[in-house]
Amino acid sequence: MTVLDQNHHAADDDGSRARPSGLPRRSFLGYVIGGSTLIAAADMALGASPASAIPSAPSIPELYDLNDFLTDAARPTANLIKIVIEEDGTASFALPRSENGQGIVTSTAMIIAEELELPVEKVNVTLADARPELLFNQLTGGSNTTISTYTPIRVAAAIAKGALLEAASNLLGDEVDKLVAKGGVIQGLTKSLTYGELAREAASATTQRREVELKESGFRVIGTGQRRTDALAAVTGAKEYATDLDVADALPTMVCRAPTLNGTVRNLVNGRAILEMPGVTDVAIVDTGVAVRARTFGQCIDAVRAMQVEWNDGPVAGLSDQDILDNLKKAEVALPSNKQLGLDKLGLDKLGLVKTIDADFTFYFRSNSAMDTNSAIADVRADSAEIWAGLKSPVTAQARIAEAVGLPQDKVTVHVTQGGGSFGRRLFFDAALEAAKISKAMGKPVKLMWHRADDARVGRGHPMATSKIKAVYAGKEVLALTQGHTSVETDYRHGLGDLISANVASLPTGLGNLGFAETIFALTQEVPYNFGAVVQTLTETDDRFNTASMRNIYSPDVRTANELVVDQLAKAMGEDPFEFRRRTLRDERTLAVLEKVAEVGDWGRRLPAGTAQGIAIHKEYKGSSACLVEIDCRPETVNRPIREGVTGPRVTRVVFAIDVGLPINPLGLEAQMQGGINDGIAQALTSSMHLENGHFVEASWDNYFYTRQWNTPPVVDVIIMPETTGVPGGAGEAGVAASMAAVACAYARATGEVPTYFPINHKAERPFEVKSYEPPLPASPTNGLKLTF
Amino acid sequence: MPMQSFIVNGERVEVDVEDDVRVLWVLRDILGVKGPKYGCGINVCKACTSHVNGKAFNPCAVPVGDLAEDDEITTIEGLADTVEGDGLHPMQEAWLDRDVAQCGYCQPGQIMAAVALVRKAKEEGRQVTLGDIEGLRNICRCGTYTRIREAIEQGARAM
Repeated sequence: MTVLDQNHHAADDDGSRARPSGLPRRSFLGYVIGGSTLIAAADMALGASPASAIPSAPSIPELYDLNDFLTDAARPTANLIKIVIEEDGTASFALPRSENGQGIVTSTAMIIAEELELPVEKVNVTLADARPELLFNQLTGGSNTTISTYTPIRVAAAIAKGALLEAASNLLGDEVDKLVAKGGVIQGLTKSLTYGELAREAASATTQRREVELKESGFRVIGTGQRRTDALAAVTGAKEYATDLDVADALPTMVCRAPTLNGTVRNLVNGRAILEMPGVTDVAIVDTGVAVRARTFGQCIDAVRAMQVEWNDGPVAGLSDQDILDNLKKAEVALPSNKQLGLDKLGLDKLGLVKTIDADFTFYFRSNSAMDTNSAIADVRADSAEIWAGLKSPVTAQARIAEAVGLPQDKVTVHVTQGGGSFGRRLFFDAALEAAKISKAMGKPVKLMWHRADDARVGRGHPMATSKIKAVYAGKEVLALTQGHTSVETDYRHGLGDLISANVASLPTGLGNLGFAETIFALTQEVPYNFGAVVQTLTETDDRFNTASMRNIYSPDVRTANELVVDQLAKAMGEDPFEFRRRTLRDERTLAVLEKVAEVGDWGRRLPAGTAQGIAIHKEYKGSSACLVEIDCRPETVNRPIREGVTGPRVTRVVFAIDVGLPINPLGLEAQMQGGINDGIAQALTSSMHLENGHFVEASWDNYFYTRQWNTPPVVDVIIMPETTGVPGGAGEAGVAASMAAVACAYARATGEVPTYFPINHKAERPFEVKSYEPPLPASPTNGLKLTF
Repeated sequence: MPMQSFIVNGERVEVDVEDDVRVLWVLRDILGVKGPKYGCGINVCKACTSHVNGKAFNPCAVPVGDLAEDDEITTIEGLADTVEGDGLHPMQEAWLDRDVAQCGYCQPGQIMAAVALVRKAKEEGRQVTLGDIEGLRNICRCGTYTRIREAIEQGARAM
């Protein structure tokens, strides 16, 4: 990678390259690739952040965070991303990332349109197949897509524009600096040419290295609200997800799963009878259950329900929430003493000035099930395999599938389809791997879809965790904040594990010896307050569950525990929660968003008893966010009737401000924050899974209470702060932590009671009848024509 | 197998399939009409919401044998054709204007439910209310509810 700063450039120059615009620019190297049409390319490693020194400081993420880590993981790979200029004047780009609604296809089209001087609608962004040569650089996670791809994509686009200008110069006889590229047309002194007309002329027979300059301000597309490029397809039903694809002979396939979590098949008693059922073509036993392939998914459901299977118990058979919580409690590590923190040296103890606030929170299991359940198409043949699925780690998926079906990795083609939501779920490839095994066992192509009941009960979720906090203060000063987070293991086997082991050497001193989860924790968790000695630790235990990230990893829980204690500290010192935060925050960007929500949300306005405001902040993904909520906990609101729905306290207003550094698409950002707010509300108030006697209870969206229309805040204001750093930050997960924390703080202030577990309704009486475990799938109703409106 | 006959998006279809197969699977797996999405199969998530004779229904909960020959099913693919002109339905236009969709998976069902809700209110001689909208059970796991509300109110004004 070569990055030349302006001074360096000027020193090398004879002055003939003066910049008429006066805008600051940086130079980068890229390539024109040999081909019949113009192909411009850049190295993904350009996305790596400039190496920075690691001064001593209390919080590691302030200096080097998970996104630096994910981005730096690109360094060892020297592989190219390519933008192709087509002869119809459009630009094509296969993004090596997974789109699940987070808006990266649209923002990527915007970035290309910006540099190429093309209208956004003339940029076609598709999702790249698995490209094993990209190694770690095809992982979609940690809200890192734009952070890591922004520079390489711009470089490739700028190289393409340069080549088009040169070609136009040759054809028109005008000097390049007399040409103007705009809207996909290059205007010369007398004539103009379209990019389509130039695509072949600009092509190079050989691959050549080129240098380009990127502007750092004066954007035309970046920073403007752009509607999603797939919006029309979404509202007309044309958008295709894995189960919408037509692959020859890939018939509907489902799996009958065990009545205890992760149980296995001992014996299928009535296999012959199942094969004779209407529509059924194949039955096969795989390691996850009994698979059935049929003409329709409805007939798969009927077949699964009719199966008589003898099962081996899963690893948590007979256990319930409390057993798992007891295990966590046993694994908790004692928080450091005042002496260990060095506080005894202050001599305040003897004066009786040192006071302590202790807090202990439990966060129950939550599901990251998306609307589009785990699904994949697999066609496994003797000598090759082809897979279609929404995959955020397609390279790892390809390797594991190859291993499972006994093929070399390069014989497995993995297509990344659009996913109907991810929330962490598609970091894994459970359906793709299972579909491949089933296809191999049946010797036929299969279209595997998990039933909602399985997706909810057996699919991955956020692990149960506890968070203990001790805050030590004297007078108006916080002397120390220590937080011990103890969690059921979060599964990172989607490939980040390899990434870590490969990149441990690049970590700041002292982190290399941490375990993997501890590393992620250390790189993501930050206490941005001046709270003296800050110690945050993670202990993980218990690997028996199907876990994953869930629109953040640790942050919403850690942040919520933290902010509740911040409120308690403020109260103990007789200060207003907002003023206390303002006084103790040490980060300007976070302070700015905090002040913004307080101002817009009219912090401190008088509200009736039983209702209250709450305020919280979060700092992650190269950005800062703050959230102010108003909650109504009055009985008439809490108990408002909704058929088979959970009502409870209502968040009536949310004001959310985010500074992402450089907003690419403010409209997309607003959408992500609105979604994150609804996630935060759900995690604080309503949504959790209950382990009972060896399995999770929740098998439907009427069992697992994600935010519904009737829980959505009537007023939601999202404020996208103006550009602050010139570098884009993350968006997909950035809305959740401050929202969850603010809701928790508001609830505590409205009710006068600080919750000790989340969601707050976890122990409430359940408003539904538990669906059967044997058979594992509920029958489809037949009364639909009686319920029309 | 019995021959099933009904109308989908204005065209008569004939399907050779058992009576108890739910309409959702007949549409998706046999007829290739993929706009209605599977989200639960038990009439909870409402991702498959379509119209039967102009009213919202969930094809995951209707055996195909229950459909009569003259029953007309409209899926998201056929919604635009239910209004005059070559363009989209006003509710789809509102969805585009508010940029409602994120992953988009639930949105066909959301739009079909919204259209039926607004029609029902109009038939009752009134405007759709926030209370009506809050009664919609369609799940959106991306949490686009805020924009769905705005789009329904905007679409209703144009309907």
